[in-house]
Amino acid sequence: MLPERGIAAGTVTGPADLVVVGASLAGLRAVQAARQSGFTGRITLIGAESHLPYDRPPLSKAFLNAPDPVVPVLRGANELADLGVRLLLGAPATGLDTDRRRVLVGDQEIGYDALVIATGARARSLPGASGLAGVHTLRTLDDAIAIRRALDGGARTVVVGAGFIGSEIASAAHRRDLGVVVVEASLTPLAPAIGERMGAACAALHHRNGTDLRCGTRVSRIEGDSRVERVRLSDGAVLPADLVVVGVGAAPATDWLTGSGLTVADGVVCDNTLFTGVDGVYAAGDVARWHNPMFDRPMRLEHWTGAAEQGAVAARNAVGAGPGTSYSTVPYFWSDWYDRRIQFVGVPDADEVRIVQGDPDRDGRLVALYRAGSRLVGALTVDARTQVMKYRGLIARGASWQDGLDFAVQRRNAVTDRAATELVNADRGGAA
Amino acid sequence: MKIIVDRGRCTGLGMCESVAPEVFEVNDEGELELANDTVPDGQLVLLEQAVACCPNEALRLAP
Repeated sequence: MLPERGIAAGTVTGPADLVVVGASLAGLRAVQAARQSGFTGRITLIGAESHLPYDRPPLSKAFLNAPDPVVPVLRGANELADLGVRLLLGAPATGLDTDRRRVLVGDQEIGYDALVIATGARARSLPGASGLAGVHTLRTLDDAIAIRRALDGGARTVVVGAGFIGSEIASAAHRRDLGVVVVEASLTPLAPAIGERMGAACAALHHRNGTDLRCGTRVSRIEGDSRVERVRLSDGAVLPADLVVVGVGAAPATDWLTGSGLTVADGVVCDNTLFTGVDGVYAAGDVARWHNPMFDRPMRLEHWTGAAEQGAVAARNAVGAGPGTSYSTVPYFWSDWYDRRIQFVGVPDADEVRIVQGDPDRDGRLVALYRAGSRLVGALTVDARTQVMKYRGLIARGASWQDGLDFAVQRRNAVTDRAATELVNADRGGAA
Repeated sequence: MKIIVDRGRCTGLGMCESVAPEVFEVNDEGELELANDTVPDGQLVLLEQAVACCPNEALRLAP
């Protein structure tokens, strides 16, 4: 639990007006945490979309796959009025004046004493891909609704980008027995996120499930007459398509901060307390590049847990009177492909990646550990759900590489013992 | 206080285990196991954190 500080809202020392820009997970958690910490001043939450805060990970998972998808409204989103939060939804912030302490939303100016920037990231698109019906990115609820409708309609699907979102969409298409082709520009998907070798291991899940994955191939043109009809590739191939989903990553939504005086470098640059260095201004979530003490380096995460936790920390620090609380974390993300769950904890930049359990060439299940120097810095699991958080704990405690390997041996032995016991029991059952 | 798991929502992401490993553990099948189904003495704040950090909103505490 983060220490609470004496907050004196309404006095000369504490801020009276908190503005949070961005009404997704980080923004919602920010306003909730501000109230929980005892802040009694005014709170305004500004969101570009017209929807109440909703959850994004399900958009490429359950929302596409469940028989009756429900809009994943976030807990507490319906109770914002009870918290005394003024909601300004449906129009994005367009500018920030840090001298006069004003957020601009079109013609409107909203004054603040404390500000949390949580505008997230925007899906990157392909040049020349816009304007045709049937071509989508997947970031928003509206995107997901359109993609779901197309999949339900039996669309021939081309996914551009074999990252996590692209792969989840390919899984959703595969689940419906639709022809799906995944086009990936790099030779190995996911190398920046989990490293070359494990990127290849995960990509093998596509091949194993019969999905046509084409690496080292670019999209030359997306063609059609008002609607997409085909995708032309750099190797000359032409893919007929009713639905094209572009999953080529996201960029932090910082364009509205031009001229604000904030330091922006692939995200809003912050210290370890999520403070931007400009009076009263903090950042949280996908948009924030903050110094993570756990790994002693600046990072920008596009992960659920990071957004939720940073939103709360940034808001408490923004409305608090004393020095802010540091935010330190072992990053965690997950992705669901073809009934397999991929989970990653830590950081992928490693001197060595070692598979300590499983064999990617067998069924895809595995545990791989990441070493930097003599330290355990990361763990990737595919369908090893009981293990991943134990490795997260080890990494958080600064475990050595040897600690990680020792733990892996323990786990393997436990599995072998259990399997042996089951065999014995099965034998007995058979004899009886 | 009781710890209540909504099995329809839980997908075994393990955030609760990360926060309170003495109480929660995701097993090999991806199901959440509880070491005890009531909040241990002095651990209410920790358990509240575990509830809040669930991405699937599958946990709650009840009297």
